[in-house]
Amino acid sequence: MNLRTSAAVIAGKAAAAASRLLGRGGGTAIAGLIAERIDPGIVRGLAAQAGQGAIAVTGTNGKTTTSLMLNRIAHEAGLSPLHNRSGSNLMRGVAAMLVEDASIAGEIPEAARRFAILEVDEATLPEIARSVPLRAAVFTNLFRDQLDRYGEVDTVARSWQRALGAAPEEMTCVLNADDPAVAHLGRNAHGRVLYYGVDDVAAGGPAVEHASDFRTCLQCGAELRYDVTFYGHIGHWRCDACGNQRPRPDISVTQVTLGEDTTALAISFPDGGLKVALPLSGLYNAYNALAAAAGAFALGLPRDAIVRALEGFEAAFGRQERFSIEGRDVRVLLGKNPTGLNQVLHSIAAQPGRKRILFFLNDGIADGRDVSWIWDADYETIQPRTEWTLAAGTRAEELALRLKYAGFGDDVPVERDTSAAVRRALDATPAGGTVYVVPTYTAMLEVRDLLAQKAGARRFWERA
Amino acid sequence: MSGSRASVLTLRVAHLYPRLMNIYGDRGNIMCLRRRCEVRGIGFELTELGPGDRLDPQAYDLIFAGGAQDREQRGVVDDLLRIKADAIREAVESDVVLLAVCGAYQLFGRFYRESSGAELPGAGIFDLYTEHPGERVPRCIGNVVVEWQSPSGPQTVVGFENHGGRTFLGEGVRPFARVRSGNGNNGRDGTEGAIYRNAYGTYIHGSLLPKNPALADHLIANALRRRFGEITLSPIDDRAEQRAHAAALRLRP
Repeated sequence: MNLRTSAAVIAGKAAAAASRLLGRGGGTAIAGLIAERIDPGIVRGLAAQAGQGAIAVTGTNGKTTTSLMLNRIAHEAGLSPLHNRSGSNLMRGVAAMLVEDASIAGEIPEAARRFAILEVDEATLPEIARSVPLRAAVFTNLFRDQLDRYGEVDTVARSWQRALGAAPEEMTCVLNADDPAVAHLGRNAHGRVLYYGVDDVAAGGPAVEHASDFRTCLQCGAELRYDVTFYGHIGHWRCDACGNQRPRPDISVTQVTLGEDTTALAISFPDGGLKVALPLSGLYNAYNALAAAAGAFALGLPRDAIVRALEGFEAAFGRQERFSIEGRDVRVLLGKNPTGLNQVLHSIAAQPGRKRILFFLNDGIADGRDVSWIWDADYETIQPRTEWTLAAGTRAEELALRLKYAGFGDDVPVERDTSAAVRRALDATPAGGTVYVVPTYTAMLEVRDLLAQKAGARRFWERA
Repeated sequence: MSGSRASVLTLRVAHLYPRLMNIYGDRGNIMCLRRRCEVRGIGFELTELGPGDRLDPQAYDLIFAGGAQDREQRGVVDDLLRIKADAIREAVESDVVLLAVCGAYQLFGRFYRESSGAELPGAGIFDLYTEHPGERVPRCIGNVVVEWQSPSGPQTVVGFENHGGRTFLGEGVRPFARVRSGNGNNGRDGTEGAIYRNAYGTYIHGSLLPKNPALADHLIANALRRRFGEITLSPIDDRAEQRAHAAALRLRP
């Protein structure tokens, strides 16, 4: 027993309990902050106890869903996951999760069966890779997101490259072959590299959508060519100038059939294949499932566990959740950067009927204080299918102006109060009807809490 | 619209490097120019010029360039200096309107001095230079409010800035605006942006033009004046624009 670790765990647990008692949310951040203050090595000390090792999942979009899928796969495989699951993906969030799980002696119970799944913020990945001996790291994608917080996208890419350069040979890198910035990391890895990608070109289109970030070759700087793009800059890319190209994936989706609420996938591995009916819509969720399957393969988890976990999957908190309130179907889809939002709008557009949409735009630190990204998102695509819309959030007026440009009318209504906005959305929806709520991150935390109360669901930190 | 009297008036816009310099919602500026012309029955012609494309200095009324990441910006510099800079300078000297935001604003100065001391030459459209104080000095990031002396009097301009380089103006330009809150050119002398003839450079994005309709109209009217004489733009429904502007005035820096 390490006295310092033990003291840190006790103080962290006390802080979390106090925060919960005061109703200040899950108390996740404060517990981690306090524990780290007392024992700066707490993450390493506790995570290293997990007998089955640790895997990290990072990237701009999809890391919460992908890590939750990995959690379910590990569970189905008979492991006991340690997982920072409520989107608290900074160092302090990981610390808080470990503190909550540890005994007051600073020990992780049943350590031999434990397997740590760490959802990690893009900028936190280097620190996690230094602190925790990782068996694998899964990189989903790299898009422009919160430029005011992270600096340029290239800054993140370089920090990942340095982190991989310093990582041990034992760590397997699981990389999205279809994202040129992520695939490029393969050059910096010392250990085994596994690429995953979508081979089914029928799922893609020829054109690069507007909100595209990595248009130039990371090796020589020339403009990249695409044989097919799936979304954003994700696709089958090549550089005619230097010959750099999308690596051939080790794990790939050979067939994808997108349905209204489900997605049928055929995934091929180096040693066989599987078919899975994923209960989520949208090509981006096919990528999340593929990334999770590739991570599971890297760790040697059994194929049947992958299928069972994905087929029984429930959407991650706030990512694609449904609530039944006053006889209305309320669907929450997080939209926090241009590419993610475009994907969400595509997935809403695929549903039948005219839509009612409540958009939230917040400019908190966790959202990115710079909201200029909304001008790069394609609200235009959903406008012809929309019959009612409301702009809400701390930057509701800016959002209303963007929606005006997208053809939603000269005077899009604005509502600054979250509760009033939800009320107006419910009133605008007939009984039995559907209303979509598309919030940024901090707005999602607020609105989800409100919806859960109305629907009688438990608050998120109470989720099992 | 062709054939109708109104469509004789046409704004011809060149957008420089739209695929490489576009990181801060720069598309919103083009959308704004287009909308404010089309609503008034003014024609709008957009030409996108990428690497390798030559710019005809007589062919456009307004030239726009936006922000870029360092990697893209390095790729652009060479093409800009080799193929386009002389033509842009010629256009600006004949009073074509130029709007350069953030990265393009820096590129169109005399030089950019990296923290190592190395100097990268710029296009020299604006008499100004930019120096990077080093990675340990915080970037200028946040909401910004400035006061611009428009032809009809003082006018606030609102938006967001995110730049590491600090820009210092020479004798040959005047500041675009005075900083009310935020950093502006360098966080020291209270200036924001630069004006030379009809060329405007600024760090403000957000996007810049949609919620600053007075500035957008000023640029459009100036751009049309060269070919069509004095233009009075008819008032249009700016309720959503004014609300977004007013809300941005209240944001913390």
